[in-house]
Amino acid sequence: MNTTEILFFFLSAVAIFCACMVLISKNPVHSVLWLVGTFFAISGHYILLNAQFLAIVNIIVYAGAIMVLFLFVIMLMNLNQQNEPQKGFWMKLAGVISGGCFMMVLISLVRQAADLNNKTAMTTDGDIGLIKNLGKVLFSDYVVPFEITSVLFLSAMVGAIVMGKKD
Amino acid sequence: MPIQYYIYLCLALFSIGVIGVLTRRNVIIVFMCIELMFNSVNLLLVAFSKMHLAAVPAIIKNSTVGSDGQLFVFFIMVVAAAEVSVGLAIIVMLFRNTHSVDINFLNRLKN
Repeated sequence: MNTTEILFFFLSAVAIFCACMVLISKNPVHSVLWLVGTFFAISGHYILLNAQFLAIVNIIVYAGAIMVLFLFVIMLMNLNQQNEPQKGFWMKLAGVISGGCFMMVLISLVRQAADLNNKTAMTTDGDIGLIKNLGKVLFSDYVVPFEITSVLFLSAMVGAIVMGKKD
Repeated sequence: MPIQYYIYLCLALFSIGVIGVLTRRNVIIVFMCIELMFNSVNLLLVAFSKMHLAAVPAIIKNSTVGSDGQLFVFFIMVVAAAEVSVGLAIIVMLFRNTHSVDINFLNRLKN
């Protein structure tokens, strides 16, 4: 068992534990903090796959911007453990069972897939994830989607302001 | 690293997100579970892009096979950021009208 495998299993365990704690914790602020932990573990996976640009963007955009937005909204609403709405026990059990069945079906599908045998993901090597190579492809092959994305951002900004306005 | 390990990890994260959407009633937690599902899909896309790069023979230098997958992750992040800003505006508006974050209040949309 080499260093890459140890790091992979450690980061996977951290990601799944933090994701479970997002569901388990009663306080919404704690859920946000556990979700930030999950995002950091996923960024570690990106670094392990040598996708350095995505690792940095994941930390800046997700753990930095989006989660701060969530925290702002939670603090604005003054949510805490007391007024947390809860589902009944049987509804929770039904949700867990249906989610588990979903996972079991997909896992059995992956185990039977003959195409995936002997395929490996290249770790700690390969330089397509660096900013230089991604930027070349982004601004040559994907210029039109990139510009459309800016229009999407503008419309989302206008929409958020219009909806958030007091009237 | 075999690709199956990455698929199992992403399936586990995605299923945790699905379970969260099904079992929680706080609308913000439901939204966070959707973000978790986005992230598991992103991780799987990056793993598949590196899988395609590993299949290219080593003689070909500077191959950009598989960079499409990582650019799709970039676009998914952009769309997720736009979606979060609009979604949180909707949640704030819902809270202002009903003084609650219970997702069952959205039932009244059907009337």
